[in-house]
Amino acid sequence: MIDVLYFAWVRERIGLPREKVETGAATVADLVEELKAREDRYAAAFADTRSLRVALDQELSDFSAPLAGVREVAFFPPMTGG
Amino acid sequence: MSVRIQARPFDYGAECEGFARGTCGGRGVGAVVSFLGVVRDDSGRMARMEIEHYPGMTERAIAAIAEEARARWSLADVLVIHRHGALFPGEAIMMVATAARHRTAAFEAAEFLMDYLKSRAPFWKKEFGPDGAGWVAAKDEDEDALARW
Repeated sequence: MIDVLYFAWVRERIGLPREKVETGAATVADLVEELKAREDRYAAAFADTRSLRVALDQELSDFSAPLAGVREVAFFPPMTGG
Repeated sequence: MSVRIQARPFDYGAECEGFARGTCGGRGVGAVVSFLGVVRDDSGRMARMEIEHYPGMTERAIAAIAEEARARWSLADVLVIHRHGALFPGEAIMMVATAARHRTAAFEAAEFLMDYLKSRAPFWKKEFGPDGAGWVAAKDEDEDALARW
């Protein structure tokens, strides 16, 4: 069971800020495929992963990263701080 | 080194004064640089901006960026304040201040902090106007700006 968090327009498209996901996905990309297969709103949010960023346990990572031992995955658009 | 993420406004003058007073008691400090980021309204029709962030990661990411700046430019001190929540045009969004032995280090470190906060601190801006709302897109230049460091 991992916590999956969504921010900004990813959160709006999926319709919730966070959820617990039961997954056997080996990598972030595998988790994305599982989520996309769930419902259209997930497929819409993850249609183009090049426009998304991912953080694993609050550290910026990438879609090929393994999920073993990870407790928290967050998906969001490129950041606009400052 | 101090990093504050907050919804409430801050007093830029008082923060700069306090930072300078706090760091310049040490005799090794010869330069203090500060930067203030303000909500800009290019369209002239923005009603407000809302800034979302990732509690936990925001503090960690900024602390890591600030620590890198401190080590790289041998800073005596660093201050970063960044707001979230609803903000109006002309309001202060964020500030950084750096204190160093010489001004070149203080200026460079402040620019480094700003470049990294733009695209590596987990904040997202949404603008609200008469025609609805939209997320501010990240700019390629902001990502390119990191290459010079």
